[in-house]
Amino acid sequence: MQAKLRFHQISKHFPGVQALDRVSFEVQGGRVHALIGENGAGKSTLLKILAGEYQADGGEFSIEGQARRFSSAADAIAAGVAIIHQELQYVPDLSVTENLMLGHLPHTAGFVRTGEAVRFVKERLRAMGVNLNPQARLRRLSVAQRQMAEICKALLRNAEIIALDEPTSSLSYRETQILFGLVRELRSHGKTLIYVSHRLDEIFELCDSCTIFRDGRVVTSYASLEGVSREALVRQMVGREISDIYNYRSRPLGDTRLVVKGVAGRRLPRPVSFSARRGEIVGFFGLVGAGRSELMRLICGADKKRTGEITLDGERLRIRSTGDAIRNGIVLCPEDRKEDGIVGIRSVSENINISCRRHALRWGLFCDSRQEARTADTFIRILRIRTPNRRQIIRYLSGGNQQKTILARWLAEPKLQVVIMDEPTRGIDIGAKNEIYQIIYQLAEQGCTVVIVSSELPEVLGISDRIVVMRQGQISGELLRQEADEEKVLHLALPVGEAAA
Amino acid sequence: MKNAAVSEEKHKTTGLTDSGELGDWRRATLGFLSDYSLILIFVLLFVLLSFAVDHFFSVENMLGLALSVSQIGMVACTMMFCLASRDFDLSVGSTVAFSGVLCAMVLNATGSVWLAGASAVLCGALIGFVNGFIIAYLRINALITTLATMEIVRGLAFISSNGQAVGVSNEGFILFAGTSFLGVSLPIWVTVICFVVFGVLLNKTVYGRNTLAIGGNPEATRLAGINVEHNRIIIFLIQGAVAALAGVILASRITSGQPNAAQGFELNVISACVLGGVSLQGGRATISGVAIGVLIMGTAENVMNLLNIDAFYQYLVRGAILLLAVLVDQQKTRVVRD
Repeated sequence: MQAKLRFHQISKHFPGVQALDRVSFEVQGGRVHALIGENGAGKSTLLKILAGEYQADGGEFSIEGQARRFSSAADAIAAGVAIIHQELQYVPDLSVTENLMLGHLPHTAGFVRTGEAVRFVKERLRAMGVNLNPQARLRRLSVAQRQMAEICKALLRNAEIIALDEPTSSLSYRETQILFGLVRELRSHGKTLIYVSHRLDEIFELCDSCTIFRDGRVVTSYASLEGVSREALVRQMVGREISDIYNYRSRPLGDTRLVVKGVAGRRLPRPVSFSARRGEIVGFFGLVGAGRSELMRLICGADKKRTGEITLDGERLRIRSTGDAIRNGIVLCPEDRKEDGIVGIRSVSENINISCRRHALRWGLFCDSRQEARTADTFIRILRIRTPNRRQIIRYLSGGNQQKTILARWLAEPKLQVVIMDEPTRGIDIGAKNEIYQIIYQLAEQGCTVVIVSSELPEVLGISDRIVVMRQGQISGELLRQEADEEKVLHLALPVGEAAA
Repeated sequence: MKNAAVSEEKHKTTGLTDSGELGDWRRATLGFLSDYSLILIFVLLFVLLSFAVDHFFSVENMLGLALSVSQIGMVACTMMFCLASRDFDLSVGSTVAFSGVLCAMVLNATGSVWLAGASAVLCGALIGFVNGFIIAYLRINALITTLATMEIVRGLAFISSNGQAVGVSNEGFILFAGTSFLGVSLPIWVTVICFVVFGVLLNKTVYGRNTLAIGGNPEATRLAGINVEHNRIIIFLIQGAVAALAGVILASRITSGQPNAAQGFELNVISACVLGGVSLQGGRATISGVAIGVLIMGTAENVMNLLNIDAFYQYLVRGAILLLAVLVDQQKTRVVRD
């Protein structure tokens, strides 16, 4: 059988980096083919070459045996190739119809024939089995629905090959299932899909075949995933044996330290209570929108509390701002690193010292730049932040290194008591994940209380001493490490009545 | 075009990690050129003008140039903080006028130069505080807020003076702006001191570092435990006070408080900052850049006056210089943007 899509010896060089090194593999038509690999392994570069955004330095690819070379994104679209990027491209205040037909709206002397356009889109959506209101504005839709609209746009342009770049990174469990439904539907219509993801569970659930990238090379390409083990994939991705990336280390737990009692706010209307012990790692699991992030933001002063109190080591705290929380040793590594965590255009050093520099002032006013440089260099070394130097603009670093920088910011605080991490490893590759877990264990061993919020169930199960599950703004249950398993946790997390489904 | 930008960005990221591609000295030179391009351009311009334009390069003309930009220079220092924190202040021109009027009125009523100056500066600080409070706590866009206070304060200047210039006859006050030290007059000294003080504030204090962080990413800065609201209010408060001080000095120079003084002043100040490489998106500002920006504005005006260019045409030249400078800056930073 002739391959639908065939890459042959594709190379791409950027100054200082061989992004792709003679990459060759095939994708069969009517299949879902996964591309996996750590960040920087070359998956995105390959997709960009396929989309006409980059040109390969060497090698070629062919579609149905015919060699192709796209010099622009328009070429790729015309040839039936569509890439759905992680960051979706849409106009939020236009309707589904307008977004789908952008540039091709039927018109008479410049006046859009809206009725005709809506009817056309409605019909096509029905044919694709997608349930979207053609007149809804994109802003009003959920992320999953917007993604679907994007996929439909590709289909309207008669795309035969559709590549999805980390499509589930911001989807909830249910939305993911809906997306998977659509992907399977497309496959059954004979479309070829390329699926890029970090989440191995999804790959096993959805994909037929798989290619593994490492350092710009293809390690292996599986024509079928049958009989392939998860461990084998991980080993080939990282190039070394990581038998258990969580590498859990048990440790003695201390007394109850953090007590959160009846905390509620505008986005978490019903009061929530829990407590955590010295040296304990508490994992918070729940579906997107279950109120976990909202609870954490209330605890560390990012949002205003309506009611409730927070006690640390028996002392009742007055937390009305993030500054109050930090002075009491309660810190947050936020969920959205780029928006809420780093100051992207400033240096690594500035991002580390932003909070702790207040402890090293001369005459109460002037920053101690030598001390700041020492702090930055120390943490760059011990957390192994991969950066040319402390003056590097932080947004050029990878997600894992940005996360480590935020951790460094808090580790530099002299009396750290409670570290709250919201989605600490989202979008971070396995190697860096492992390092971040090690830092978490070390923090706990030194007596810190660590609270982890994560949507990745294996992660929560893998690193927590105790798992707290939230559902619809309430804590629905708690499980100790020994008694927790996927089924029990999911049972607590899914809305009542849906657990069986 | 897009491709070029992307691969250039890639180059920038990776170029720093590997030393094989470009020679160290070459990279250092390039870095120096791009960091100090503004200063180099100004120095070149200055040397060129010194040879090309009669009477340009003389102590007398230099002092005149410096005096002509002294008010813009003072306020540009505080405007730099404002822009660096991703905010805006359009009310400074009105504050200059109102504080001049107020100063003249208090002076005529009490005869005390210090009382007059202090009340004007306090009033400016109050205007700034109101701006800051509305922007930080009531969360109204800075552009709208200061557009409103610009109108209101200008109105107050006209109301309090009945639309007439308030003449000053107090000898001490008139001498104030004329005092010189080491041959340089007081307004210039005040401006130089402003540049030094605000330069140190920006680079060496928590206030300055936090201002840049806020401009870079306000939400992340807040979550890092910084009191963003306080910082904002302080920026506007100082801005108001310095604008009022500029108003007092202006009133002393023109020996009256003019309610219609300093029209369009705010835009000149913002132009000077932008010329000096301050980013309107916040997070990027240097005091040396702002100083150069102010000097470029002053030099352009000075030279056009020396060459007897019609005032109407000077507007065209000023606009063109601003556009050109921003274009150059954008070419330079294109690789840095997303």
